[in-house]
Amino acid sequence: MSPGELYALALALLFAVAAGLVGSFALSKRMLLASDVLSHLALPGLGLALLLHWNPLAGGAATLLLGTLLVWNLEQRTGLAADVAIGVVFAAALALGAVITPREDLLEALFGRFEPLSAASFAAGAIAVAAILVFLYRFRDALVLSLLSPELAASSGVNLGRLELYFLLIFSLTIMVGLRFMGALLASALVILPAATGRRFADSLSRFLVASSVASVLAVAAGFFASRRLFPRLGLGPAIVLVSALLFVASLAAGGRYRMES
Amino acid sequence: MPALLTVRDLAVRFGDRVVLEAVNFELAAGEILAVVGPNGSGKTVLLKALLGLIPSTGKIEWAAGTRAGYVPQKIVPDRGLPLRVREVLEAKARFARLPAAEIGVVCETVGLGPELLEAVAGLLSGGQFQKVLIAFALLGHPNIILFDEPTASLDELSEERIYDLLPRLQTESGMTVILVSHDLSVVFRHATKVLCLSRGITCSGPPKEVLTPATLEALYSAPSKYYVHHEEHRRR
Repeated sequence: MSPGELYALALALLFAVAAGLVGSFALSKRMLLASDVLSHLALPGLGLALLLHWNPLAGGAATLLLGTLLVWNLEQRTGLAADVAIGVVFAAALALGAVITPREDLLEALFGRFEPLSAASFAAGAIAVAAILVFLYRFRDALVLSLLSPELAASSGVNLGRLELYFLLIFSLTIMVGLRFMGALLASALVILPAATGRRFADSLSRFLVASSVASVLAVAAGFFASRRLFPRLGLGPAIVLVSALLFVASLAAGGRYRMES
Repeated sequence: MPALLTVRDLAVRFGDRVVLEAVNFELAAGEILAVVGPNGSGKTVLLKALLGLIPSTGKIEWAAGTRAGYVPQKIVPDRGLPLRVREVLEAKARFARLPAAEIGVVCETVGLGPELLEAVAGLLSGGQFQKVLIAFALLGHPNIILFDEPTASLDELSEERIYDLLPRLQTESGMTVILVSHDLSVVFRHATKVLCLSRGITCSGPPKEVLTPATLEALYSAPSKYYVHHEEHRRR
């Protein structure tokens, strides 16, 4: 492997850790699907940047950020649940993105592509992952309190509106890191699937976080191996998502000890 | 004694519905205030307004350095949440920058055993979870605690325990208590002061003076002003 490919693989693995952790909290907040859709907000920016020959990642990041703020604003102002707000913004974004993106680039924008990274791009991605980890560590207590009960969290001094905004931003940042090789449609899959798998093996939050991250890293490593060595025609993003799905199915078969209750 | 809490002309409106109006009272340190009134009279809303959880108008003045603990009436934690009781209490302790040993102290106070501490919060029974909520509220040495119907989901045995806890909190740590309760025998036994809330009727004072048969009659059988309000809106 070239150094560029090594950088790309290393960043993919770092992304996997962040995605597993963020996914655990998103699942606990019952906003997995909502946050899935959030990632599609990157598409219009991605498409516009490709059309104008700008950096596609910067374009995707810009609309993702814009969409995130819009979703948060809708949620705070109208009191709608996060999923309703995201649903409204998402449908428009995906359609707009599909219209804008040049046809020959659409597949890549949606499903990602594995490509070597420069040292600078790797460093930028690694800093983003570090920021995600620092945020989760710093706000883990506020997140736990708000998971138990928003009212109790507020009475303990947690600023719920701000926490919600930060979490959405951190979620978007996670998507941004994965956007290049997973694409706008699949980037959030690695937030969702490993968390669903990890939940099957967890009866405490700390175990949940570890299990989700492990499932996520496994999926990226195995997906990388599968797309490079076994099935060269399989793209990296789809390979990772397929492995994640298989892991989840395996967790069902293994009869994960802790039942999901709702 | 200087007032720990002064409330003047407190009002809460949800849209154009008036939930609380012209509430006035003072509370000195160490008092046990019972808030009584029929369903829908705004007792829970009053507690939330005092804690700043919902917007209100009027004056709510806490003495400097007041730390409030809150035991809400009914919280049903998400059963799918993989969150242990210990993790919840640890999160609050860390968030409030308390030493971890505090958790042991409050568990002792409310009788929360190690098996409950390691249980998943969403899978506890109502009474067990109420204990957790009380321990949660006591973390951080509050000097006032706001109980919203603390025994709504407890069996009688635990109920006894909670009401044993009230005077103990007061005598041992000088804690001030605001207690929403439907149980008038509890109010007579423990409260040093009563605040009645009922459709515009407000009264406050020692239980024996305030809770006379006549006021109780007025309190619980007065025609609902707000209901009438609502009807008028509809007719328009």
